[in-house]
Amino acid sequence: MSVATLILVAGMFWRLSGILLLRRRVAHAAARNPLAVRLLGGAVTIVTRTLPRRTFWPRVGAGVALSYVFHIGLFIILFGGAPHILIIRDIFGVSWPDLPKGVIVIASGITLAALILLLLRRLTHPVLKLLSTPDDYISWIIVFLPVATGILLSGETVASYGTLLALHILSVEALMIWLPFGKLMHVSLVFAGRFMLGYNFSRKGAAT
Amino acid sequence: MNDIGPVPKTANISKALRGFIADIGPTIALSLESCVHCGQCAEACQFYVQTSDPRYTPIHKIELFKQTYNRELGPFSLAYKFLGLTPALTTETLTNWQDLVYDSCNMCGRCSLICPMGIDIADLVETTRHGMYEAGLAPADFLGALAEKEHATGSPFGLTSEKLRTLLTEIGTTHNVEMHIDEPHADIVPTISSIDVKTYPGSMAAIAKILNRIGKPWSFLTGGFDADNVSLTAGDRAGQDAITQGIVSAAIACGATTLVMPECGHSFTEMRWEAANAYGKDLPVRVLQITELIAEHIQSGKLRVNKIKQTATYHDACQLSRRGGATAAPRVILAALGVDVHELEDAGDANWCCGGGGGVALIKRAQPLRDAAFAIKKKQIEATAAPVVYTSCSGCRQTLDHGGKSAGWTTTVSSLLELVADNLAP
Repeated sequence: MSVATLILVAGMFWRLSGILLLRRRVAHAAARNPLAVRLLGGAVTIVTRTLPRRTFWPRVGAGVALSYVFHIGLFIILFGGAPHILIIRDIFGVSWPDLPKGVIVIASGITLAALILLLLRRLTHPVLKLLSTPDDYISWIIVFLPVATGILLSGETVASYGTLLALHILSVEALMIWLPFGKLMHVSLVFAGRFMLGYNFSRKGAAT
Repeated sequence: MNDIGPVPKTANISKALRGFIADIGPTIALSLESCVHCGQCAEACQFYVQTSDPRYTPIHKIELFKQTYNRELGPFSLAYKFLGLTPALTTETLTNWQDLVYDSCNMCGRCSLICPMGIDIADLVETTRHGMYEAGLAPADFLGALAEKEHATGSPFGLTSEKLRTLLTEIGTTHNVEMHIDEPHADIVPTISSIDVKTYPGSMAAIAKILNRIGKPWSFLTGGFDADNVSLTAGDRAGQDAITQGIVSAAIACGATTLVMPECGHSFTEMRWEAANAYGKDLPVRVLQITELIAEHIQSGKLRVNKIKQTATYHDACQLSRRGGATAAPRVILAALGVDVHELEDAGDANWCCGGGGGVALIKRAQPLRDAAFAIKKKQIEATAAPVVYTSCSGCRQTLDHGGKSAGWTTTVSSLLELVADNLAP
């Protein structure tokens, strides 16, 4: 196990434990719905919060769309690129057909462009400027670098394959090391947070 | 930024810390850890939408609470504290946040509805107010003052049991309705909102009329009656629990099976969802909001109402619908009455607050913000072209009443409860 993997696993475990092991306040009020409905409410909310309600679209639609372009692009690169599938096969023993290299290059380009637009938006939108902390910018760089080095690696133009591969792996390891400590932790917290909200609001019989 | 008036020389920082931290469990910690700074909550908040001031971004309003959690309790608190990653609380920072935590938040939970991470921001604001109140930073004019009086006397206006008994008797006489007050036994116990006592006494006559028709033993209890719970919105947790305990104890003492909350949103949230936590176990009485009680009896056929020919719209109180899960009950009643309901845009769970919720109606200096928020509701109500707007919350009713008068409305603002009482079928 690499140092980066160790930090990733230990850091995530520490942070999740620090949250979930706090003293739990029991909700005593009689629930409107039985446990099964509350659990289902939590599970459904994980899916439904993927998109905002239609009434919010005019005000948040553009930002959400841009964010999804980035996230979907990253998903395609990570799970469609042949080298990544080989790594997954080596670790977990499962694999699937890869996407053509050209598709991955285009997805990488779009992802990179979306990342740059998201950064510009963060630097210029009054609300995002106010909310942003160093974590936002560190996390941006940490995600930008693997995508950028991945594109360079596919072209092998600016440096040798070995050098580019080393840079790409280093950037991925940097991401793994940073993930538990900043906002990138939302890869796990998003499921827990949505489930908790869905569960609690289903308890009240309220909209989730 | 709102003018928050004279700045205190000192705030009780240690009490603020305790107030912030006392309630933190896994749910709140998860919320505080999860924000990705996407800013979507701003677009759901009436105060940001109407002013474009980024300070009114809901998740920003709880920033001091979040910083305190990171320094004192979070998984990486040692790093935050010793590397100085987040500043310690000061009187100045707490004071600067006062208008964000109180004046510009209705605790309506619309932000909680949009958050892609599932953060219940309204719940975080409520907890943040606990710290602010402990620090002595609840706006004194009038919210803090009313909460203090409520804590001391059981009623934000200092209404005594004797005075209430007299008032209820007078209301019974004026409205020609049989009142039941301090009966030794009652199945159903209705509580009272101070706003109703001061502004809408007819609503108590309406409750009496309806409960008389339902026919089960019922009684107002002057031993524990005032459900308003201003303490909740001010952030006085001890006061909030004391009021709740008083009401619950009085109801249990007379053998009640059902505790009925008046037309008041926050009182319902408190009694239905929080009271049992203060009590330490599930309450031995069922808690219903008055519209739920009416809807239940209409659906069971035990309460019949006349069909009326009327076009109207309905304003959902956030604490009853989005935060309380009682969105359907008023619509059952309106349907039974045959009202042609022109629903507001975003009606039901995504409704906009009237602007006065969360104690904002009780903060004098917040009026410009309140008016800005009300402008959304005003536009929506006018778009329905309905001559009447009904609601099931006296706080909303009062805000709509005041806003409508300022706007020169011909639209009537009225109580759904009183509509039912006026149209009971023989």
